[in-house]
Amino acid sequence: MKLKLATMAVAGLMAAGPVLADLVMPSLSFRTGPYAVGGIPLADGYADYFTLVNERDGGIGGVPVRVLECETAYNTEKGVECYEATKGEGSLLYQPFSTGITYQLIPKVTADGIALHTMGYGRTSAANGKVFSNVFNFPANYWDAASVAINYLLDENGGDIKGRKIALVYHNSAYGKEPIRTLETLAEKHGFELSLLPVDHPGQEQKSQWLQIRREKPDTVLMWGWGVMNQVAIQEAANIRYPMENFIGVWWSGAEADVIPVGAAANGYKALTMNGVGKNFPIYDDLQKYVYDAGKSAGAGDQSGTVLYSRTIYAGFLAHMAILKAQEMHGVADITQAMMVDGMENLVITNEMMEKYGVTGMGPEFAVSCENHGGPGLGAVTQWDAAAGVWNQISEFKASDKEVIDALIEEDSMAFAAENNIDLRCN
Amino acid sequence: MNEQLAYTIEVFANGLMAGVLYALVALGFVLIYKASGIFNFAQGVMALFAAMTLVGIQNGQVPFAHLINSIFGTDIHYFGWTVHSAFAIILTVGVMVLLAVFVQRFVFRHLVGQEPIILFMATIGLAYFLEGMADLMWGSDIKTLNVCATEGACLPQGMNVWLEGTTYEALGYGFFIDNLDIVASIVAAFLVIGLVMFAQYTKQGRAMRAVADDHQAALSVGVSLNFIWILVWSLAGFVALVAGIMWGAKSGVQFSLSLIALKALPVLMLGGFTSIPGAIVGGLIIGVGEKMFEFLIGAPFLGGATENWFAYMLALVFLVFRPQGLFGEKIIERV
Repeated sequence: MKLKLATMAVAGLMAAGPVLADLVMPSLSFRTGPYAVGGIPLADGYADYFTLVNERDGGIGGVPVRVLECETAYNTEKGVECYEATKGEGSLLYQPFSTGITYQLIPKVTADGIALHTMGYGRTSAANGKVFSNVFNFPANYWDAASVAINYLLDENGGDIKGRKIALVYHNSAYGKEPIRTLETLAEKHGFELSLLPVDHPGQEQKSQWLQIRREKPDTVLMWGWGVMNQVAIQEAANIRYPMENFIGVWWSGAEADVIPVGAAANGYKALTMNGVGKNFPIYDDLQKYVYDAGKSAGAGDQSGTVLYSRTIYAGFLAHMAILKAQEMHGVADITQAMMVDGMENLVITNEMMEKYGVTGMGPEFAVSCENHGGPGLGAVTQWDAAAGVWNQISEFKASDKEVIDALIEEDSMAFAAENNIDLRCN
Repeated sequence: MNEQLAYTIEVFANGLMAGVLYALVALGFVLIYKASGIFNFAQGVMALFAAMTLVGIQNGQVPFAHLINSIFGTDIHYFGWTVHSAFAIILTVGVMVLLAVFVQRFVFRHLVGQEPIILFMATIGLAYFLEGMADLMWGSDIKTLNVCATEGACLPQGMNVWLEGTTYEALGYGFFIDNLDIVASIVAAFLVIGLVMFAQYTKQGRAMRAVADDHQAALSVGVSLNFIWILVWSLAGFVALVAGIMWGAKSGVQFSLSLIALKALPVLMLGGFTSIPGAIVGGLIIGVGEKMFEFLIGAPFLGGATENWFAYMLALVFLVFRPQGLFGEKIIERV
């Protein structure tokens, strides 16, 4: 009887055929809810990148990629639920595009041995790989952004911004407060006067803040906004006739959706970026051929070339390169979650790789290491041309003030390590 | 003019303007609560739905395009025409009336006589249903709202230059008032006058008030409860459209528009749930109160961002001393 059962089981397995492996890339999307405007291009870009990889290259190392989308509505609890629901599928890398979800996932991914990539958001001090083994925030983080903005102002003002008045309009949340410490340190170093103007969630009403700006007339306004806060702030700035060229948003305040509702009045508004903008990258030709023309675009297929879409094309490229690195390191194509962490930690991005995959100029060359999960911390400045309806990159990718940023990262991450009894790695 | 005094007057005036915008949202809540005793949690989403429908119609967008394309493998998004704002507003009002009929026929007609909490829960369900429907019909992307009488004569944005220039010449300080806020104030004034006149001088308006006072007595004299509730939900839909236009013009039409309801709650607590003038006065008090507090105390001493919690605190203080709100009807139950 036992033999009969075993034979039947083996026959059943053989009939089922070989199990097709795939590389599972979860996508914690937010296509609904108050932040859907940002979530849709992010989700579409990520999905389209891996569709391209499957269609053009037959997957990565011969293994197809399966994007596992889970809707979070930008809600932290739902984000955690999505993580729990998808991690068992062999999910290789999480990119939640939400600082709130990131904070909840950091202990979970560390315990589960899964990689978490938070490019340009999340916990800044996670750049210290000695403390945060599974979290990566290359190529740049919030504190880099604050420093890149100040460096840009230094460049614009002949290296001297002493006595200048800089106002920070920020989302009154953990995300919005991230640059304050850095800006305060940089204010001491460079002698500028910093004023802080918090805006409560969601940011639909900002009259008080902009009347204050009208009264105090700061030389520059920096913005750490997200969602509806961005459109309202840019509109209010236009209303009080604040010079747009002196208004600089972080990279989460610099998408098409942030400026288009304001119309011509938004012309000249600036924003930081961590990735190249526009469609002048060869990868868009491939996307056209293998994804758009084939009717395989994600979502409504109307986000191609937007800033946030390109950002997740770039995020997809970085994940792709990390998978290749993991496959190379371990000599297997169907990598595990632990192998993916290795791939992320040993990732090296070169111009040759960017050229090969059609993303030359979309980001800088850099190398990740056990100690440094944060990358080079480069950022550029873009400016909105309302008449043409495009963002133009108006500065080179430039480095942040590493002397200041690294010290802050060290201090914050070490405090975290002490609080959580974390043994330092990379010795 | 003393600089500090000028700033104070400017903040006060802008507080009044902000209050009008809050009141526009609160009006919809009042209409439904007054006539049916339902606290309509879906009012904010109705504003979103109305604004999205308006933009969709204006732009000639195909409703449910994504769904149609997914099912039939087509690639249609637009009809290829645009619709004049006035006609689009009329069509949107038509959609809101249909929504009112739907809500009455399929939801609240089955819940007559239920506890208020059940009716409230039904409006929560309605809110999420409407949000999903808006997404399905028109998509989740941000939409630019341009309501124009003629080409070039659209809802104005930006500072009122005349006021700034005039006050600068007269007082030495140019006051800032947003043109859109001025328009919103005029629209709100017409809306309130129109609603009050409708309630006072028309047959349907009197029937509406009769239902609000005692729906069983109204039924006994031949007033159709179904018709009145459809009428009230339609009016609330129209008010939601006006609020959606004004708020949508500020930020673009997007899903966060539904959160404007949060701005109406302290207004309702303060002005009362049953008074149309109360919604306006409550809005003005909240608008001025939160802006003045932020200007005088919040920003200089508390680090700013005090407006949200201060509005609720102010409403709470009023609530303690006058639970029915400033203009609400005092409920006296005799044993």
